[in-house]
Amino acid sequence: MNAKAAPLLRVDGLTKHFHTSKNLFGKPTHTVKAVDGVSFEIGYGETLGLVGESGSGKSTTGRLILRLEEPTAGQVHFEGQEIGKLSSSQLSPIRKKLQVVFQDPFSSLNPRLRVGDSVGEPLQTHGLVSGGSDKRDKVAALFRQVGLDPKFMDRFPHQFSGGQRQRIGIARAIALGPKLIVADEPITALDVSIQAQIVNLFLDLQEELGMAYLFIAHDLGMVRHLCHRVAVMLRGRIVEMGSTEQVFANPQHPYTQALISAAPIPDPDREALRRRIPYDLVPPPPGAVLREVDPGHWALSAA
Amino acid sequence: MPLLEVKDLTVRFDTGGGTVHAVSGVTYALEPGETLGVVGESGSGKSVHVLSMLGLIPKPPGRIAGGQVIFEGRDLLTMPEGELRDIRGKKIGVIFQDPMTSLNPVLTVETQIAEAITSHGLMSRKAAKARAVELLDLVGIPEPQKRVTQYPHQFSGGMRQRAMIAIGVACEPKLLIADEATTALDVTVQAQILDLMKDLKKKLGMAMIWITHDMGVVAGLADNVQVMYGGRIMERGPSRAVFNDTRSAYTWGLLRSLPDHSEGRVYETHTPGQAKKRPRLQQIAGAPPDMTNPPPGDPFAPRNPFATERCHREVPPLVQARDAAPGHLVAAWYDLPQALLTNPTGAVPAAAGEAA
Ligand SMILES: Nc1ncnc2c1ncn2[C@@H]1O[C@H](COP(=O)(O)OP(=O)(O)OP(=O)(O)O)[C@@H](O)[C@H]1O
Ligand SMILES: Nc1ncnc2c1ncn2[C@@H]1O[C@H](COP(=O)(O)OP(=O)(O)OP(=O)(O)O)[C@@H](O)[C@H]1O
Ligand SMILES: [Mg+2]
Ligand SMILES: [Mg+2]
Repeated sequence: MNAKAAPLLRVDGLTKHFHTSKNLFGKPTHTVKAVDGVSFEIGYGETLGLVGESGSGKSTTGRLILRLEEPTAGQVHFEGQEIGKLSSSQLSPIRKKLQVVFQDPFSSLNPRLRVGDSVGEPLQTHGLVSGGSDKRDKVAALFRQVGLDPKFMDRFPHQFSGGQRQRIGIARAIALGPKLIVADEPITALDVSIQAQIVNLFLDLQEELGMAYLFIAHDLGMVRHLCHRVAVMLRGRIVEMGSTEQVFANPQHPYTQALISAAPIPDPDREALRRRIPYDLVPPPPGAVLREVDPGHWALSAA
Repeated sequence: MPLLEVKDLTVRFDTGGGTVHAVSGVTYALEPGETLGVVGESGSGKSVHVLSMLGLIPKPPGRIAGGQVIFEGRDLLTMPEGELRDIRGKKIGVIFQDPMTSLNPVLTVETQIAEAITSHGLMSRKAAKARAVELLDLVGIPEPQKRVTQYPHQFSGGMRQRAMIAIGVACEPKLLIADEATTALDVTVQAQILDLMKDLKKKLGMAMIWITHDMGVVAGLADNVQVMYGGRIMERGPSRAVFNDTRSAYTWGLLRSLPDHSEGRVYETHTPGQAKKRPRLQQIAGAPPDMTNPPPGDPFAPRNPFATERCHREVPPLVQARDAAPGHLVAAWYDLPQALLTNPTGAVPAAAGEAA
């Protein structure tokens, strides 16, 4: 790859503040800095894992990239274009290349649509099906790709278990052959054997189609298996970022160390012995900056 | 005397597409203070089996087709709804995956926690509000005084989950049923909550049914593990026994599909776009059964490389496994340790296909 070419995604100083209460004069009295100056890149065909504290701003970061949320500050560049500057018609072709799989399988599907129609909807919107039977064929293929029996196409979301619904969501996301999928805890609700299938599917799609992922997850074992690089978030900031191996084998920030030591191990004997490194959840000091501790390995430290 | 006895619990859903055999003949006992980890395939009836014992499945299409659930000497399945409602939330705390029982978007978190306490007449409104702050603190929500007056949409996914946990334990129940309660949490918060649960268990003698997909959580928390597939219990026993001396081919496949977690494992560094194929996880071949038309025998037989002819015909009973720890039960016509001697990787026999 040409080193000068723009990465698939570049996020620059991305910031999002929520004002949760207002005083008599309508002035905000309490501000949540959900995302606080986050910067990173994702290359073509790359998987960046985003892990960290619940409430640290991982989903908000994903939503900002997808433009489901307006940033307070900062930019999102997709294939070299700053998407904040684009009109909605200019944004449309980018939407096709930028898809999402949500955390919550219950709210991401329209309860009144047959699941086959939900999956086929993006194909139809973008004029990629030539008729009813073509749509059924393409949807059936997508169902098979995510490990669902195509005969479930005519059922409604409430007739599926949580895990089955999440698979439907993934089928919908991959329908348009996107370049980047923001996957917000896509396997959290799935049972272990289906997690393996979906993670393998992510790898297959990546090898076949060069798809990139922003993979938001809590399961560090899976992150380690799937991701090329990892970023760790705490209170709206990235506290550490590097290759998966750098971050897992040589964690620098105390929060990363605490996080890794808290990951449960599927072995009762080792679980009985595991010692957690405690971390007092203090927000990173305001002046702290990411410093490169090793080539490509960054950790937050006081200015 | 067991705290909870589930006897032959059988649940069906009558849908346009046929009758879903969601739970079939589930039988087990839970001792006071016991933590039972329930794992299994998606759609295997884990949620429905607990929802149905609490009177929380929609009827219709749901229907209890048989069985009893004895809690403190009384059958929950035949109890008047009013009494069951009082047990729910008070003696049996619940933390559910299902949005039906989750947070109300138009009420503050404080109101919802306080309501959970006052509706059982346990405290005054004022005391309950103070308790709400305490509970949020207990489940590790920062700045609980500020957060308690917010609405659910102002919480992150994990914070909402923690608010649900606070409601679940608000009345210090005898039994806590948790369905994917910590799945949405980061592992530090999860560890903190699991510690809290172990604490409550010690302090109150609380028993737990902990439904999860996370085998690591089960390994760290559960005294006993129950593995479900196709609406049935496939294997049940002390955690160590189930993990280290696995007897069900489904459990075996499940454990094998996890990413390698062996100590000292070195991961290769991968470069995006590299031609080299990256390692895949072991999958269990095939798809889960259509529960409107379950296989006549062992529900896992069509995907089981060790299945015998009898597995395809006849449902195996859940019985003590041969030469296994006491209380280690398995539903299998095949003998897994024996089968692994000749087929250690679970290769599918050449002649076997989809046909059963
Ligand atoms: N309201 C309903 N109508 C029809 N079928 C239902 C309904 N609720 C559940 N089912 C079916 O009952 C079976 C058991 O579902 P259940 O939700 O208990 O699975 P689960 O083991 O909890 O799965 P998951 O791990 O995905 O949460 C599934 O086949 C599901 O499709
Ligand atoms: N609409 C909103 N209004 C007010 N605050 C919000 C809103 N959405 C998110 N927040 C706050 O922003 C912060 C980050 O939330 P976000 O959902 O991005 O966290 P997360 O890292 O995805 O957490 P989790 O792992 O629990 O899903 C939290 O403190 C949350 O309460
Ligand atoms: Mg989130
Ligand atoms: Mg469930």
